[in-house]
Amino acid sequence: MVGALALSLAACGQNPGADAAADGASASAGDLSGELSGGGASSQESAMEAWRAGFQGQYPDVTVNYDPVGSGGGRENFISGAFPFAGSDAALDDDELADAEAQCGEGGVIEYPAYISPVAVAFNLEGIDSLNMTPETIAGIFKGDITTWDDAAIADDNPDADLPSTDITVVHRSDDSGTTENFQEYLSTVVPDVWTYEPEGIWPVDGQESAQGTSGVVSAAQAGEGTITYADASQIADLGTVAVGVGEEFVEYSPEAAAAVIEGSPRVEGTSEHVFAYDLARDIEGTYPIVLVSYHLACATYEDAEQAELVKGFLGYVLSEEGQKAAADSAGSAPLPTALAEEFAGAVDAITAG
Amino acid sequence: MTTTDSPPAVPAPAPARPRRRRSTGDTERGFSRTFRWITTGAGALILATLAAVALFLVARAFPAVTASPTELADAVPRYPDDTSFIAYVGPLVFGTLLAAVLALLLATPVAMGIALFISHYAPRRLAQVLGYLVDLLAAIPSVVYGLWGIAVLAPAAAPVWGWLNDYLGWFPLFAGEASPTARTLATVAVVLAVMILPIITAVSREVFLQTPRLHEEAALALGATRWEMVRTAVLPFGRSGVISAAMLGLGRALGETMAVLMILSPGFLYSFKVFQAAQHQTIAAYIALDFPEASGLAVNALIATGLALFVITLAVNMAARAVVARRKDFSGAN
Repeated sequence: MVGALALSLAACGQNPGADAAADGASASAGDLSGELSGGGASSQESAMEAWRAGFQGQYPDVTVNYDPVGSGGGRENFISGAFPFAGSDAALDDDELADAEAQCGEGGVIEYPAYISPVAVAFNLEGIDSLNMTPETIAGIFKGDITTWDDAAIADDNPDADLPSTDITVVHRSDDSGTTENFQEYLSTVVPDVWTYEPEGIWPVDGQESAQGTSGVVSAAQAGEGTITYADASQIADLGTVAVGVGEEFVEYSPEAAAAVIEGSPRVEGTSEHVFAYDLARDIEGTYPIVLVSYHLACATYEDAEQAELVKGFLGYVLSEEGQKAAADSAGSAPLPTALAEEFAGAVDAITAG
Repeated sequence: MTTTDSPPAVPAPAPARPRRRRSTGDTERGFSRTFRWITTGAGALILATLAAVALFLVARAFPAVTASPTELADAVPRYPDDTSFIAYVGPLVFGTLLAAVLALLLATPVAMGIALFISHYAPRRLAQVLGYLVDLLAAIPSVVYGLWGIAVLAPAAAPVWGWLNDYLGWFPLFAGEASPTARTLATVAVVLAVMILPIITAVSREVFLQTPRLHEEAALALGATRWEMVRTAVLPFGRSGVISAAMLGLGRALGETMAVLMILSPGFLYSFKVFQAAQHQTIAAYIALDFPEASGLAVNALIATGLALFVITLAVNMAARAVVARRKDFSGAN
């Protein structure tokens, strides 16, 4: 015991950020040990890497595993009890929630958005840093219907820009990617009559340029004049960005504007106090709408005391300022608004063993 | 080989001298015998490895090859509807071969030039330095070539490809619409050519250096210029060596993954338009691109494309062996 305490003190000494997680999560900070294995949405995989590394750095005796089986698999395994916590790109629906409540027991389910991943639409046109585009225009360009930069659809929203007659070269991801799916999800939600494809990880339009990975599409876009691409918002370097039409106005990407989507979206009603599910609204003025919101699922009570402490500690760390920053740095996510993160941390804090 | 001048038959050892015979056998004793087994083992290991790889490929490719097109279309991303497996692998094989052959066409003349310069023209000291430098090219990892390709070569090549496309667009290879990013097969072929340059150069140089001095001096004595000497003595002697060097390079170009993956903007067509984006894909890059997210039958399909690459590489190497073996008798190398 003394040894463990000394070890934890040493760990705290090395890592000043440990306190931040400690007061958000576990009261008895420092004596966590054991193995925690969850899984689910692969969109969270790289953020989860950062969270695991950060958390295991604070508690060297803890091992956290995350199996990126996909959102559906994550929810299924959470409901069956195989995963003590899970990640999912969609909130539990009513039936799933009922099953999950039954599995979790009297405390019920904890569910909240933990990861917001914004996608920027970026282009390379000499001398132009920003362009306004409505969702219809964006879909038209990426579908190949709008082929030159001085097309009326673009020019009408950008009266001040000196648009060249250059051909538009669309660059998409050549690999199977969550960013592609996320971007298409936005297009097919907002302009379903233009973007008629089923959102999936592989780009649906043939005959366009493509490159592997985020850095690949960004460098491809940089290499050619008149290119346009979509990429994780934090990775677009010096490319020009599209201010996306939301309602009557155009919104530039910023982490705050992306995170504000949840703040502005209505919370699904009729659920228990710890279930924070949102009907994602893509049309709230002042918010950046091309985002993926991914949830964390946990139980409020666990039979095993060690497991309860581990889940509480780990999810508390994820919601801490340090955890959100780690994900922003490594996965390019937008940190949760502080007020919401604190509200969710309150729910996580209520995890008990029983 | 002729039999007329075969060495006189070794007289059968007389039974009266068994001791002597045993002692010849005994020169292989101690570690010598062990070493014989080590080398035999190493030789057998290469066969076993090859067999294991072939077996793995065939076994894992089998479900994909025998699956129906509908099953494959369901399981494999990018699988075109209603096509047989052959029709699906076809464009990949075509892209792989086109990239490798173009690279070979670009690299071989340059490599021969470098090799001749090093072996016959350069001052000895310069030749040594150049030799080292060329070998150094071979030590650069392919991911670095890929980075160089997208960061330096593609932007620099875009206007050149555009120009060729504008003015020589009637030539099938240069037809189509030139990509502004130049992440096309033409750029890939140039990078592959640079990558296979060292191996072709190194092997050719060694072969050229082995040209018998007497042949060269005979040519010069008959009044040949240096170019005529190279043409009449060095090149005929080195031909089979250069062919095997080129085939070694072709093998590397066929299997190159990382650089192609990073540079090429892929497509799945039978197309000769090397300046247009989204036309070609090579097998190795295709596997690397889609394997991370593949599961079930999709993995089998990817391995089946790998089997196709294995067969192509094997065929290329065997063809090269055949060519070399046929030419050997006339090259003077024996």
